[in-house]
Amino acid sequence: MPKIKVPKHSPSIDMTPMVDLAFLLVTFFMLAAIPRVDSPVEVTTPASTSEKLIPENNLTITIDKGGRVFMDISHADARMELIESIESEYKLKLTEKQKEEFTKMSSFGCSIAELPKYLDMESTERKKFPTLGIPADSATGQLRNWINFGNLAALNTGRTKFEEAAMKGDNPVKSDFEPKYVLRVDGKAVYIHAQNVINTFRDLNLNNLNFITSAEKAPK
Amino acid sequence: MAEIADNGGGGHEKGGKKRPKKGSTRIDMTPMVDLGFLLLTFFVMTTTFSKPKVMSLVYPPKMDVPPTDLPKVNNGITFLLTKDKIFYYTGEFYGPGNKDGKPVTQLQETTFGPQGVRTLLAKLNSYVISNKKGLDSKFQAKSIDEKKYKDILNKLQTDKEALKVLIKTDDKATCENFVNLVDELEIAQVGVVAPVDLTVAELDLMKAKK
Repeated sequence: MPKIKVPKHSPSIDMTPMVDLAFLLVTFFMLAAIPRVDSPVEVTTPASTSEKLIPENNLTITIDKGGRVFMDISHADARMELIESIESEYKLKLTEKQKEEFTKMSSFGCSIAELPKYLDMESTERKKFPTLGIPADSATGQLRNWINFGNLAALNTGRTKFEEAAMKGDNPVKSDFEPKYVLRVDGKAVYIHAQNVINTFRDLNLNNLNFITSAEKAPK
Repeated sequence: MAEIADNGGGGHEKGGKKRPKKGSTRIDMTPMVDLGFLLLTFFVMTTTFSKPKVMSLVYPPKMDVPPTDLPKVNNGITFLLTKDKIFYYTGEFYGPGNKDGKPVTQLQETTFGPQGVRTLLAKLNSYVISNKKGLDSKFQAKSIDEKKYKDILNKLQTDKEALKVLIKTDDKATCENFVNLVDELEIAQVGVVAPVDLTVAELDLMKAKK
């Protein structure tokens, strides 16, 4: 009887294509994705069928479930200008390091009195910090000042960016660079809290607001 | 590395040829695959693909002196929102004992979602919706450009026959209720939306309904 020859194969598989594939995918995800920003508050936004994308230059107010107010501005230059305006308005003495920290933060929320302490913290500590957010009542007017100075700073940044783009000869549209006012509200938050913030915006004559929503399929 | 230099010529004693050590030219790729997939998992988890969407809403500018004689609204509807509930009345509000002698406004209840408010709005705003269909087909056939399409649509939505909506919320309504309603209005192609404050008479009516 002839012997059955078992073909001799190495038990190990060549992993090279697999490595190639894995790193290809890694590269793809790194380039294609926008990193999730580390926000001090968790907010579940309601869904809508709107397909408008979030504008580039924005001033975002976050309202969490309990009605606490947080603020965020998109560009670092604008943040620097904002913190300097706030510093001179409230006669605070902030160090360069604290201001630097402010430009790197995502949304923030604290009263003016808490601000220096808040800026000294690590971002993990900030999440646990028992803040009540930016005081939104009209008596202290703090939110109003934040929005007002933030708006001015964002306008200036927008103008510089527009001029830069115009210099390059891209033929930019001016309205694309103007700051847009965005509200990120938790679906479970009571509308009164949002209304409070909206009224602050309206007091400053900023009437065109955008609500951040998660996408939902439009009905046919 | 040093070993190679020392014992490189293992065959010296036999006086034979220099024979380099036979090592496998293959590297074990398994740890590299592990690393690759670990990174892959990390990036998949930490990234969001879609940028969040926004829904615009233009509020009426605040006036120092509220206008005394409001223009008469043709085909208006007012939505009153409370926690997960939605009431509405059409036309103007008539309180008890109004001087026009009109019957007192009654609130109707509807629900969020396709059966409730969507059907209601589709019916009330049918003028705009049906006209928009014709406009859409014209736009798709490229007989009008985008700018003109937007102009006509805008004119259509602010037309006399188009539905105008007021939204009033009480202190229990959630943001989700509000956003959902505004979204329904967008689906129904309502162009004129104004969130306004609740009046005492309306609040009383809502309380009576609950």
